[in-house]
Amino acid sequence: ACKTEGILILWIIRLLFSKTYKLQERSDLTLKEKEELIEEWQPEPLVPPVPKDHPALNYNIVSGPPTHIITVNGKECINFASFNFLGLLNNEKVKSAAQASLKKYGVGTCGPRGFYGTFDVHLELEERLAKFMRTEEAIIYSYGFATIASAIPAYSKRGDIVFVDEAACFAIQKGLQASRSNIKLFKHNDMADLERLLKEQETEDQKNPRKARVTRRFIVVEGLYMNTGDICPLPELIKLKYKYKVRIFLEESLSFGVLGEHGRGITEHFGINIDDIDLISANMENSLASIGGFCCGRSFIIDHQRLSGQGYCFSASLPPLLAAAAIEALNIMEDSPDIFQTLRAKCERIHKALQGISGLKVVGESFSPALHLQLEESCGSRENDVKLLKRVVDYCMNSGIALTQARYLEKEEKCLPPPSIRVVITVEQTEQELDKAASLLKEAAQSVLN
Amino acid sequence: MTDLKYRLAPASEMSRYCFPNNAVSGDASRCVCLIDSSTVEEINHIVHNGGLYKRPFNEAFEETPMLVAVLTYVGYGVLTLFGYLRDFMRQWKIEKCQNATEREEQKDFVPLYQDFENFYNRNLYMRIRDSWNRPICSVPGAKVDMMERVSHDYNWTFTYTGRVIKDIINMGSYNYLGFAQKTGACQEAAAKVLSQYGAGVCSTRQEMGNLDKHEELEKLVARFLGVESAMAYGMGFATNSMNIPALVGKGCLILSDELNHASLVLGARLSGATIRIFKHNNMQSLEKLLKDAIVHGQPRTRRPWKKILILVEGIYSMEGSIVRLPEVIALKKKYKSYLYLDEAHSIGALGPSGRGVVEYFGLNPEDVDVMMGTFTKSFGAAGGYIGGKKELIDYLRTYSHSAAYATSMSPPVVEQIITSVKCIMGEDGTNIGRARVQQLAENTRYFRRRLKEMGFIIYGNEDSPVVPLMLYMPAKIGAFGREMLKRNIGVVVVGFPATPIIESRARFCLSAAHTKEMLDTAHERTWKSWNRYSLHPK
Repeated sequence: ACKTEGILILWIIRLLFSKTYKLQERSDLTLKEKEELIEEWQPEPLVPPVPKDHPALNYNIVSGPPTHIITVNGKECINFASFNFLGLLNNEKVKSAAQASLKKYGVGTCGPRGFYGTFDVHLELEERLAKFMRTEEAIIYSYGFATIASAIPAYSKRGDIVFVDEAACFAIQKGLQASRSNIKLFKHNDMADLERLLKEQETEDQKNPRKARVTRRFIVVEGLYMNTGDICPLPELIKLKYKYKVRIFLEESLSFGVLGEHGRGITEHFGINIDDIDLISANMENSLASIGGFCCGRSFIIDHQRLSGQGYCFSASLPPLLAAAAIEALNIMEDSPDIFQTLRAKCERIHKALQGISGLKVVGESFSPALHLQLEESCGSRENDVKLLKRVVDYCMNSGIALTQARYLEKEEKCLPPPSIRVVITVEQTEQELDKAASLLKEAAQSVLN
Repeated sequence: MTDLKYRLAPASEMSRYCFPNNAVSGDASRCVCLIDSSTVEEINHIVHNGGLYKRPFNEAFEETPMLVAVLTYVGYGVLTLFGYLRDFMRQWKIEKCQNATEREEQKDFVPLYQDFENFYNRNLYMRIRDSWNRPICSVPGAKVDMMERVSHDYNWTFTYTGRVIKDIINMGSYNYLGFAQKTGACQEAAAKVLSQYGAGVCSTRQEMGNLDKHEELEKLVARFLGVESAMAYGMGFATNSMNIPALVGKGCLILSDELNHASLVLGARLSGATIRIFKHNNMQSLEKLLKDAIVHGQPRTRRPWKKILILVEGIYSMEGSIVRLPEVIALKKKYKSYLYLDEAHSIGALGPSGRGVVEYFGLNPEDVDVMMGTFTKSFGAAGGYIGGKKELIDYLRTYSHSAAYATSMSPPVVEQIITSVKCIMGEDGTNIGRARVQQLAENTRYFRRRLKEMGFIIYGNEDSPVVPLMLYMPAKIGAFGREMLKRNIGVVVVGFPATPIIESRARFCLSAAHTKEMLDTAHERTWKSWNRYSLHPK
């Protein structure tokens, strides 16, 4: 025993007196060499030059309000490009509610929610949204993109697992990146693929049950996918939720105010108990024609975001006039629930009318108000596809129908969708206008693609 | 240009001053002579020909007195013990658990929150929760109306009594130039645009959301800042978190100040670049990092860095300090890196004509590669902007995440910004803008001077309209805020984790709309509130 202690003490003395190596300053460079290195180093330019004809550089300029009749680049057209599904952008009641709020509160809130930026309109909007969606609580954000991008990292941290659909929108991708969790992509709307991933995770868990007990799991899906216009199979997802004990986060930006008998979204569409979904997130920039976003769900879940949602705590709150506009839009949605049926009928009509265009195929559900028109056959490179679709869009714009291509950041998307023309249907479009749009697209496809 | 050298006051003296010895002009110097440990006399020499600083730079961060630090730790210790006791009682059902709980059907799921994560929330934050999220029901100007709320269960739930507390002096809202108004030219213009354009836009900038109003705004902002081109976004937080990843990526280096805002930190993380932190406003620390980065290259592979981006803010809102911009620009030029300046709090608030921290120091806006700022604080609106060279803005128009995926700004908000910028520039034909900028500067100097005379410990630069008043003890955070509210003054109190654990503070945000009477009232009531709970400020 004495010997081992003696050896230990000698070892400690040796360690105390040995040289320590700092990993970074390993070198023995002289001052002159360092200065030469500093002289020689040339950084890249801050930004690479952008070619003048880059398709995303030259924006369309809209003069005046982007309502049903829109003036784009000087030409008056019928608007098939703005997500104004319920036509509330130009609604007089909404505007006068916003005016009243402007007279009372001014424009900005001058602070985040925690520091005198909470107005009674915000509290009222949160209550109204929670009541409308029949959940316990709702929380509003001042920017639609930031809503889901702040909600996901508030719950899912490093080491947690998120199963997300391949076609998830960019905001979800950024939220996942910020969360630093393990991301598992499953094929779009493919429940068999998702189940396979869940089973694999289950076997992993059995190998390490201690870790599995603290690893949270989430599934992130969208109600109506922005990139494909499809609906997600929510009933099957609920079954998987309870079988594998995974929480569901549902992004309803496109389906809120569109699906369901009263516009409550995909849960009403499928008749699912809303408490089965852990978190519903949506932005108020589509059906509600305002700015911002909200999350709703049980208080147990939503209240956490009031301290952990980055976009909520560290950003100024929503300007009161926009909150008042959203409240009035909700009022209109509650008072006239037949607009949802009207919108769906119009979607079906144009979906049918757009079938059979040579060269273009329709991507999206028949009741989805945001469709994509993709090329049936690609001409080889994405750049050329984009140029071809631009010619179709220009043809339509010149004849009075305003359309746009769906814009993506090609290098940043995880699963880049193919180039497409976005067609948006609103309740304000008359049947003649829908028919005109369909026939014009047929003409354009004929002339450009053949 | 030779290296900038620093002389630090010896640690035995109880203050923390950093100052440069400008070797360029040779005679310019600023030194701190310590007469004794409790008073410090500062001798400033204003720099003339070719010097970096054209005006005195007075910044102070008095170190926490030892007794106060000890008492603060003891305070937190007691609170933690009580926290454990209460958790124990809740677990054994002696005390009712007021927390919302998981659904019965999901009780066997992996718990969503770890008990320890929420310890601070349940036991410390909940006690003084009424200091935050105070709901108001009027325009957030110099005086504000607040909805009264009471709690009968120690802040777990609130009920609104229905009464409105009127005319609280508002020292918590970021309303530096007083543009938060419900009447006046800005509000009328915004109302007109609202009736013409509506409230929303329903599309992104790259698709169908680019209105003529946005183009008008961007040209005006570029002119205001003195840069070639500018781009505006709907949210200030998102301006940082969505554009920094577009500018830098893997293989680049970001040098970020210790106390940068959450949006800058998030943007830096999302970009995938390597991040290194330098000590707050410490140019020696920054220079060391720059040197090491260029000499040693990327870790392990030793490849040279693609580019280096320095992230700093104009005014740091928790400290009230102003960035040492002349030195940062000198370093950036020497080491060929790029500068990203976040002027969220300083645009409109600093500079003789409100052009921000660049004008405050008399520098050239072209020296700052990326000038970012927000419209929330000095312009009474919402949103953010980035200004810089035309190539930079063209690149951002094409590759910014916000341009491709986020809805563009609301038209009435855009109009509010346009009108307020024109007012500050004097282009609306009046002198209101200029007068407000001057009023803010006077208010700042007066307020800070009086508080210092009363003996309070105030952090930050003399010219910064953000005034942090140190509280230190956890008990004082809630007490001070409540006392001030009882006396009809609304201040912001902050504690851990927004600040270091022993440096809790109350923060006053000055505004051009505050009159001298309001400031005097604020002084008097601050003194009274403080004296209610302690013997003497020092």
